[in-house]
Amino acid sequence: MAQKNRLPDGGRIDRTKPVRFQFNGKRYDGFSGDTLAAALLANGVSLVGRSFKYHRPRGIMTAGSEEPNALVQLGTGARTEPNIRATQAELFDGLSADSQNCWPSVGFDIGAINSVMSKYLPAGFYYKTFMWPASLWMTYEHVIRNAAGLGKGPTESDPDRYAQHHTACDVLIVGGGPSGLAAALAAGRSGARTILVDEQSEFGGWLLTDDTEIDGMAPTDWVANTVKELAGLDNVTLLPRTTVSAYFDHNFLTAAQRVTDHLGPQENTKTPRQRFWKIRAKQVVLAQGSLERPIVFADNDRPGVMLAGALRTYINRYGVLPGREIVVFTNNDSAYRTAIDAKNAGAVVHLVDLRPDPDNPVVHQARQAGIQIHEGSAVVGIKGAKSIHGVEIAPLSEDGKSLAGPTFVVSASLVAMSSGWNPSVHLFSQSRGKLRFDDALTTFVPDHTPQKTRSAGACNGTFTLAGCLAEGMEAGAAAAKDAGFDSAIAGPSHVVKEDAPGSMRQVWTVPTVHPLGKGTRKHFLDHQNDVTAADVHLAAREGYLSVEHLKRYTTTGMGTDQGKTSNVNALAIMSEIRSASIPEVGTTTFRPPYTPTTYGAMAGQGVQELFEQYRGTAMHDWHVNNGAVFEDVGDWKRARYYPKPGEDMDEAVRRECKQARETVGIMDASTLGKIDIQGPDAAKLLNMVYTNAWSALKPGRARYGLMLNEHGMVFDDGVTTCIGENHYHMTTTTGGAARVLNWLEEWLQTEWPDMEVYCTSVTEEWAVATLSGPKAREVMEAVAPKMALDPQTFPFMAMQEGEVAGLPARVFRISFTGDLSYEINVPARYGMALWEALMEAGRPHGIVPYGTETMHVLRAEKGFIIVGQDSDGTVTPYDLDMDWIVSKKKDDFLGKRSLTRTDTARPGRKQLVGLLTEDPNFVLPEGAHLVKEVKPKPPMDTIGHVTSSYFSPNAGRSIALALVKDGLNLKGSSFQVPLMSGHVETVTITDTIFFDKEGERARG
Amino acid sequence: MANITALARSPLHGRMPFQGSQTQIAERPFIGKLTLRGNAEDTGFAAGVGSILGVSLPTEPNTVTETGVCQISWVGPDEWLIYTADGAQKPLQERLKTALEGIHSAVVDVSDYYTIIRISGTRARDVLAKGCPLDLHPRVFRPGRCAGSLFLKAAIRIIQIDDTPIYDLQVRWTFAEYLFQHLVRGAEEWN
Repeated sequence: MAQKNRLPDGGRIDRTKPVRFQFNGKRYDGFSGDTLAAALLANGVSLVGRSFKYHRPRGIMTAGSEEPNALVQLGTGARTEPNIRATQAELFDGLSADSQNCWPSVGFDIGAINSVMSKYLPAGFYYKTFMWPASLWMTYEHVIRNAAGLGKGPTESDPDRYAQHHTACDVLIVGGGPSGLAAALAAGRSGARTILVDEQSEFGGWLLTDDTEIDGMAPTDWVANTVKELAGLDNVTLLPRTTVSAYFDHNFLTAAQRVTDHLGPQENTKTPRQRFWKIRAKQVVLAQGSLERPIVFADNDRPGVMLAGALRTYINRYGVLPGREIVVFTNNDSAYRTAIDAKNAGAVVHLVDLRPDPDNPVVHQARQAGIQIHEGSAVVGIKGAKSIHGVEIAPLSEDGKSLAGPTFVVSASLVAMSSGWNPSVHLFSQSRGKLRFDDALTTFVPDHTPQKTRSAGACNGTFTLAGCLAEGMEAGAAAAKDAGFDSAIAGPSHVVKEDAPGSMRQVWTVPTVHPLGKGTRKHFLDHQNDVTAADVHLAAREGYLSVEHLKRYTTTGMGTDQGKTSNVNALAIMSEIRSASIPEVGTTTFRPPYTPTTYGAMAGQGVQELFEQYRGTAMHDWHVNNGAVFEDVGDWKRARYYPKPGEDMDEAVRRECKQARETVGIMDASTLGKIDIQGPDAAKLLNMVYTNAWSALKPGRARYGLMLNEHGMVFDDGVTTCIGENHYHMTTTTGGAARVLNWLEEWLQTEWPDMEVYCTSVTEEWAVATLSGPKAREVMEAVAPKMALDPQTFPFMAMQEGEVAGLPARVFRISFTGDLSYEINVPARYGMALWEALMEAGRPHGIVPYGTETMHVLRAEKGFIIVGQDSDGTVTPYDLDMDWIVSKKKDDFLGKRSLTRTDTARPGRKQLVGLLTEDPNFVLPEGAHLVKEVKPKPPMDTIGHVTSSYFSPNAGRSIALALVKDGLNLKGSSFQVPLMSGHVETVTITDTIFFDKEGERARG
Repeated sequence: MANITALARSPLHGRMPFQGSQTQIAERPFIGKLTLRGNAEDTGFAAGVGSILGVSLPTEPNTVTETGVCQISWVGPDEWLIYTADGAQKPLQERLKTALEGIHSAVVDVSDYYTIIRISGTRARDVLAKGCPLDLHPRVFRPGRCAGSLFLKAAIRIIQIDDTPIYDLQVRWTFAEYLFQHLVRGAEEWN
């Protein structure tokens, strides 16, 4: 298909490389080097999308990342991406894009009824209308979300790879236009590690559009020379197609690099689609340039209204003239260059200038070129809705508030507008920089920032090319110098012939034939969110005068473009309404990201199987090979049970529980936290962190301990063993390992620095297999023939070192099941060998591997607590009926004082008790509540809740533990447990030991 | 004790090294590792350690001292890691303990707590940059330097061996698989 708006020559596109693409199902041709927007304009496609709220037809307004209108859904299937700015999407062969927010098509959109109804959809409409009844909000919201919204997110998993990249540098330069390139030259030549980032496909920025010569060279030649020099410097990294998305504290910035997006979908590649840079910079130079301001005039959102600078870019950079009859509407000189270039490209051009007497060299040039200039006039309306047929022009009164003469119509299909330029201060603001309003430029410019950052060029309010180059050089040199490169210099100044910028005339709201807000002509200021000048007036009338309120009430400045084209206009209109200066009205804070960033890039390669570490023990493969079902404990994978074919969890656990009590069970206990504690004050430390006494513990003996926090609440437990003189081996809960070590270190480093103790984590040094059951000693005898295993030499709560299965081992006679148990520790490398040897030796004795579920049942049969399950941070040792473990003799230990506080010491607290259900086969759900009186429906007065509940095959019935108010005094009493199902179970309070009440088995 | 070496399994047991054209990644299993704690300013401690190791402990933060037999990394003001050949760590631990008798110190065998993954090649630095926030630029981090850091969610200790560059990454046993897979995923981009 012919590209009817493509100029016969010119532009930076590669005409030898045609590219085919689809838009809304229709095929078009473009060239390599085009953006989607440029190619659409070349093909005469002016209607690109529908607006967010009113579904008004919209076209392409800009040529860059500030685009509010031309958002498209790019690609299909798993790779589809919403809200892509057509002005940034580089064209590739096979590209397919669709309009968003329209149904059934962009040309005929049913949602456009909202536009007809717009009188009834003012700012704040949703807040006002859907307030009542509140219970229906969920329904309203569903409908609203469907009707509004932009593109659609993909529903399939993302097939592409992404990567993060951490880096540091001396000087980071954001923006590769004239200022940024000059800064990079100065910094790069000094030897500083320099990174130059630009969001476009090639460096140059405005120099790719403008024709002002630098040192007698075409600007593109100067760019090419500069980039070539920079590329030759080892210390310079060039990052085109990269958007700095956020500026955080301590000069930490993130940037999203589009590595392969411009090539289209890449199959079977290991190259990431995007790379997310995390950059720590000693110095930052912001050289992001400026964004042109739209004029707020009637009908200014029609497809075919675009920024004047954007039109010039399409003509000069892409060789596209999007209209043959053009009206350029301006309040300043810069748009005259657009008019001249359009005229030279073959268009009929009318210039409408708000200024009554523009008088600068460029004005004379335009006149000489044969362009008709309508001075002191304004565009007051547009003929056509989906495209432009004509433009209404009228002279403006002196105060700019009304028309000073009759309107007349000129034939045109395109309007290019310019209300001046706003420095791009987004990143500066994100750096916590404060802005200053510059009256001459009528815009915000950077003032001061606490970070090591400089602004140079147009983003600093400098709008001459010579000024940009000079400021860039100086900023680059100064940044390098401050980063320690003393030789950095700004370099020679450049010879640029250009006119000084002329005057401007601000008319923040251009009047039309009817008063603002009446009639059909709307003055849009935020095109993406469909906010009009009349909405700002409405907000003011309703009292939303603060900019923060204005933003939230009207949604101006929100959305994917974050108000890049609208913010200053909105503030200016509010300042006029309030008769306050713009600085008095203030500005909202710019927030990251600068442009939308894909989650994929932020996640990098840490997704799916690489999202989280999979912590398995040294015996993990055995568990996998033997059919274990795993559960997450902390970040560990622990074997939960080992079902035999056909068994469900209950059956497997009952079998494991029975067999472990009857013969011998084996469990992988490697995950318990382990801390090596050494030093002359080791026992003193233990005395302080545990509630019981440790001074008398002899080498080779172990003791159970409870740790309390400062509030007297139980926070960890475990067995600690004296290994030798001043040397202990502490164990913690699986999930508590890191917390306990941090706890010890915190006290040692901050409160007890005089204590001579060293704590070293050794959790993963040791693999641990626990043998438990009446036959445990027989298995031990088989694998440890040299060890003395008789109960006199090796009693309960003792430890000895020796050989087990020929491996160097520490064996602890400690038990969490209440049965004769040996916890065998070997260096992790031998964990698997140990396990296999124990299984082999245990086979004649009927050994059974059991998992954490069986462990839970066996310990509950004995009433042993699990910290974090039977306690919850509000439970004291007394609440657990463990008075015996709290030393009455010690002067102090952590939490001691709190145990005597009024609330901690009061009677009637929730206390740990056992529960027996009336129906011995009924297993209570954990978390169920006990009540004295069952009411027809909640709330009911609860006296406690179930913390652990199992079927115990060894007790032959269900058992449970519960925290019950005054429970220790209620033993023998019965209460009701009402359940979600409607069933009410009667329970009787008992003690917490359901098996081997005398506790003889463990000592055997 | 019978010869049990054949029974030993490292966390990356059975994993093939990654041999890319620009990056190579492999486990160095069973390096002997001791954590040494003590007060470097205590002359008794310094002399005791020096008499066994034959060198002074590195006291400049994040530096490594090589003895030919041992590689000693600074970990903290009162903490060092000593790498030695497999099997040599126990005798060394005993000798250090004897030499430090009566001096507040600790020598703990952590050989199996961690393993070491070696990454080398022209893209090694770029692969590490995908998960490690440390600045490993040659102007900043050189052979003989060490540091504690992260690779994504895995805590690592990193030592630069030479300018190839070669880096040794010490990682906890249970994070070795996670780290290895991430390094390979990162390296695949260039191979």
